[in-house]
Amino acid sequence: MVFERDGTSVSVLEDIDLEVSDGEFICLVGPSGCGKSTLLNVMGGFLPPTTGSLSIDGAVVHGPDPRRILVFQEHGVFPWLTVEGNIGFGLSRLSRAERDQRIAHYVQMVRLQGFEQTYPSDLSGGMKQRLQVARALAVNPDVLYLDEPFGALDSITRVIMRGELLRIWQTERRTIIFVTHDVDEAVQLADRVVVLSSRPAKIQDILTIDIAHPRNISSPRYLEHRDDLLKKIGLAYTA
Amino acid sequence: MKLSVRLRPVAFIAVLVVIWQVAVDRHPGQLLPGPWGVAGGIGDLLQHGLLLKYVVASLFRVTWGFLLAAVIAIPLGLTIGWYRRAEMAFNPLVQIFRPISPLAWIPIAILWFGVGDLAAIFLIFVGCFFPLLLTAMSAVHNIPAVYVNVGRNFGLSTADFISRVLYPAVVPQLIIGSRITLGIAWLVVVAAEMIAVNSGLGFLIIDARNAGNRYDLVIAGMVMIGTIGLLLDLGMRSLERVKSFRWSYTED
Repeated sequence: MVFERDGTSVSVLEDIDLEVSDGEFICLVGPSGCGKSTLLNVMGGFLPPTTGSLSIDGAVVHGPDPRRILVFQEHGVFPWLTVEGNIGFGLSRLSRAERDQRIAHYVQMVRLQGFEQTYPSDLSGGMKQRLQVARALAVNPDVLYLDEPFGALDSITRVIMRGELLRIWQTERRTIIFVTHDVDEAVQLADRVVVLSSRPAKIQDILTIDIAHPRNISSPRYLEHRDDLLKKIGLAYTA
Repeated sequence: MKLSVRLRPVAFIAVLVVIWQVAVDRHPGQLLPGPWGVAGGIGDLLQHGLLLKYVVASLFRVTWGFLLAAVIAIPLGLTIGWYRRAEMAFNPLVQIFRPISPLAWIPIAILWFGVGDLAAIFLIFVGCFFPLLLTAMSAVHNIPAVYVNVGRNFGLSTADFISRVLYPAVVPQLIIGSRITLGIAWLVVVAAEMIAVNSGLGFLIIDARNAGNRYDLVIAGMVMIGTIGLLLDLGMRSLERVKSFRWSYTED
């Protein structure tokens, strides 16, 4: 898959030229307000780039598409639908039986069994995010964009959710582009980490994390990568 | 809620009624009939079959006026709220008409519809139209952008988007707005009936005074109006409690 991108109106993004392969887990890391979410929105087709173009599998991206689902940081699930209703949201074109089967499958995958008839107002933050992921995966997208999905959660839940996401990704592999400002998160999850400078965001660096999963967060290799990334980001802040 | 807690408002009202009766006993004269007098008045109306007739007349007009206004104002308001340009075009007009009390429309209502049901329904329509329009506009503005983006992301057709995202997102606010507007409608119907028609609870009050200073009937009318208003409000509130609407009222 090829992404080729360029800036937007207030010069939030500049000279972004990125190629992503199928099934890769990419993290976008950068200081607050640098434009990571903007980049993600452009990738998702929600914002057209002012110059440059975005193409996936050779086809230019014109707008949002169910083949590329974005998971939002907060309030992404529909509060008027139950867990089942949310997961089945994109599945209206399937037969009843198929739909029920898929919903059951993804309820299991995100470990929300027993909550099928529950409304989001009765779910915890972590459960709501899991619900969003289930809803996104249910339509079988090629790419999953995640915009700081664990940012609103407490730190213990965040660590658990990272593990869950990796488990899901290894079971049903998709291309994932994950925005975060948490260095540890990036090193724990990504195949490659794209470091963005502060606004106007340019690609500062791209780090490859070549540790196999499951990653030991105390191993020397891990800590090396982490230090490396921190250094790179240190540069990003003064740029 | 325990029964004793539920009964507290009732007990409080009972105490007030007793105080009322005592006050009337101590100061005989024409200033205010006592509770017994009013009860007698209600009994009178029941006897002559007027009570039911008047209540039904008032409710009939409110229902028609409200529903007509809702059917027009809500879709219009949702559309105007959604399209910025439409709002810019309509807004000045709305802001000019909004402060005009529905009662100011009475002469026009009588001119166009004569004295009768239609005039009253028209007045209620006018009284409900602008609050409902504004509620709908505001409801659309308050839809979080996230929901819109998710709807676009999943590739919904416009019709699907409206029925599966827009409508569920605005319904709670519409219900609250409707409850308030129904209250307004009930206020308007009483005033409208005092001037523009020959039946109904508002008419009862004016007629009771004009036809013989029957203030017991006047107060009876007020009691009926208040009670029915309360029942209408409770009815709307129970709609708010429907589970799939309830999400909007709990803290996120």
